[in-house]
Amino acid sequence: MSIFIDTNTKLVVQGITGRDGSFHTKQMMSYGTRVVAGVTPGKGGQRFEGTVPVFNTMAEAVAETGANASVVYVPSRFSADAVLEAADAGIDLVVCITEGVPVLEMTRALPYLRERGVRLIGPNCPGVISPGKSKVGIIPGQICREGSIGVVSRSGTLTYEIIHQLSQHGHGQTTCVGIGGDPLIGTNFIDCLEAFEADAETEAIVMIGEIGGTDEQQAAEYVQQQVSKPVVGFIAGQTAPPGRRMGHAGAIISGSSGTAEEKMAAFERAGIAVMKRPAEVVDLLQVRR
Amino acid sequence: MNLHEYQARALLKAAGIPVPDGDVATTADEAETIAKRIGTGVVVKAQVHTGGRGKAGGVKLAKDAAEARHHAEAILGMAIKGLTVEKVLVVPASDIATESYVGIIVDRASQQPVMMVSPAGGVDIEEVAAQTPEKIFKLPIDPRFGLLPHQAMGLAFQLYDDLTQVRRAAVIMRQLYVAFLQAGASLIEINPLITTPDGEVIALDAKVVVDDNELERRPNLAQLRDTASEDPAEVEARDAGLSYIKLDGDVGCCVNGAGLAMATMDLVKYYGGEPANFLDIGGSSSPEKVVTALSIITRDSRVKSILFNIFGGITRCDDVANGIVTAAQQVSLGCPVVIRLTGTNEDIAVDILQQAGFEALTDMDEAVQQAVQLAREAA
Repeated sequence: MSIFIDTNTKLVVQGITGRDGSFHTKQMMSYGTRVVAGVTPGKGGQRFEGTVPVFNTMAEAVAETGANASVVYVPSRFSADAVLEAADAGIDLVVCITEGVPVLEMTRALPYLRERGVRLIGPNCPGVISPGKSKVGIIPGQICREGSIGVVSRSGTLTYEIIHQLSQHGHGQTTCVGIGGDPLIGTNFIDCLEAFEADAETEAIVMIGEIGGTDEQQAAEYVQQQVSKPVVGFIAGQTAPPGRRMGHAGAIISGSSGTAEEKMAAFERAGIAVMKRPAEVVDLLQVRR
Repeated sequence: MNLHEYQARALLKAAGIPVPDGDVATTADEAETIAKRIGTGVVVKAQVHTGGRGKAGGVKLAKDAAEARHHAEAILGMAIKGLTVEKVLVVPASDIATESYVGIIVDRASQQPVMMVSPAGGVDIEEVAAQTPEKIFKLPIDPRFGLLPHQAMGLAFQLYDDLTQVRRAAVIMRQLYVAFLQAGASLIEINPLITTPDGEVIALDAKVVVDDNELERRPNLAQLRDTASEDPAEVEARDAGLSYIKLDGDVGCCVNGAGLAMATMDLVKYYGGEPANFLDIGGSSSPEKVVTALSIITRDSRVKSILFNIFGGITRCDDVANGIVTAAQQVSLGCPVVIRLTGTNEDIAVDILQQAGFEALTDMDEAVQQAVQLAREAA
């Protein structure tokens, strides 16, 4: 098993003809993802790579193909609307890769999605991969292995680093989820922890957080109360100076809240094994399992 | 992006919020002219992106235009926490009866804008939150309906007893929410919101932080950016699509992705070194970006070794390798470079680097240890 995506995932790519959209669609297709349609307004009727039908709207794409998931690669000024278009078309899972979506647009989009029961992953995230089954987004498929570890992370390349460590040492993954580095995101740590806890094949969970906000502290509390599986955690940004934005909009420390120390302490209180450096993930997992 | 007080004031004024008369000056002459026009006692306020202006001597009361000129001469050009004052705001000295706080932030936990008000204004709101949290009143705003009239009234009753003042404050709160949306702000605050002895309610000082993601479609706000008040290297990095923050250490870091960049800095520290900077070359890197990154890092005279940590996904390792080789031809690196790269097109990258005489590592810990060691030997 896996969470959020599997071999039943039928994907529409929003922005399939763009530079990033087309590159990553090819990658997803070669990984084995069932890409059933693409959407680019004005390019309806074309075929991507000679096979995937392109539609003008999400409504048409879903009606024609029965797609149940979408991934958004459109530029940031259109991406919040693209997410809502997917929701209106009846899509259950929307993964928004695009970076730079204004926070105020997310304050309006998130309640709209919640009321319609649509799961959004992202924005500003690398997406989801269930190794051997399906990949939605940009996580490099070749670093992943099938297995029993669930990975959830706020980061992109740091996630790859940790997945790489896991795979090299024989720890495959059920699903890896990059939830995104923005302050307002659709799916948080707790949503993923809940799904991994319920997933029969996932035996242990790796959680990768960073400075800023209190999501990790709340997740730690949830782990203590609701998660029976072993959890290993990491927090990036121990050396970050306060008050500065370190690339990710979410990674900003204000005053004393949201520091790496505070988050690591919360992890430890909840019984989560805390890595001091990414390479420790393997040893800590072996001890915990 | 932070706005200066005089810029924030203009936004509030455009939204209909009463602000004191006054104007911004870049010379003592201009400050004197503004003070003359105002005609009463004035306050001369340094315009810099930092708190504690008053304590640093950057805010001064003047009884007339001559004294305003004198203060402006002293304040213009002074350094406050390393930032040179290039502009002063000259406003009439206000008679203050009470000071309150009114602000709006985007709250991560509730995923909504939240209005915060407090009758304890005029001081840092963080201080109020720490010492007398019962004096802060918060209300989440449903973005689909905005701040409703009765909600604003309810908050205003927490500040004042007098109904006229309550009504005035409620109108200001709703105008502030409109200004917040129009500015694409992640924070907007009036501190203090004062009442005068004759019952007026006026926004005396304002702070606005604009969400950087809004600037692309708000050119009128983007042009408010005051690059003179920022670190030139950080400005150059941003223009090149890099994200750079200077720190105090001697191991220069060049990484793709913000999370990995932070983890790399942490690992430098773990192995006993100090990172010289945060630098994220972003997702889709090009050789040009790497050249710019290296020229920024090498300009920092404290840097004793340079560490590349690249995990190729969208970023292609060969792009980074080409950038390193080109940069090494264009600028004198002046210190050893340790390169770790793995992922997309790793093999091509290793070939490119080896032909140019660079060694390429694949293990992150090994690379960081080497960079820390080299910096230590050079120190």
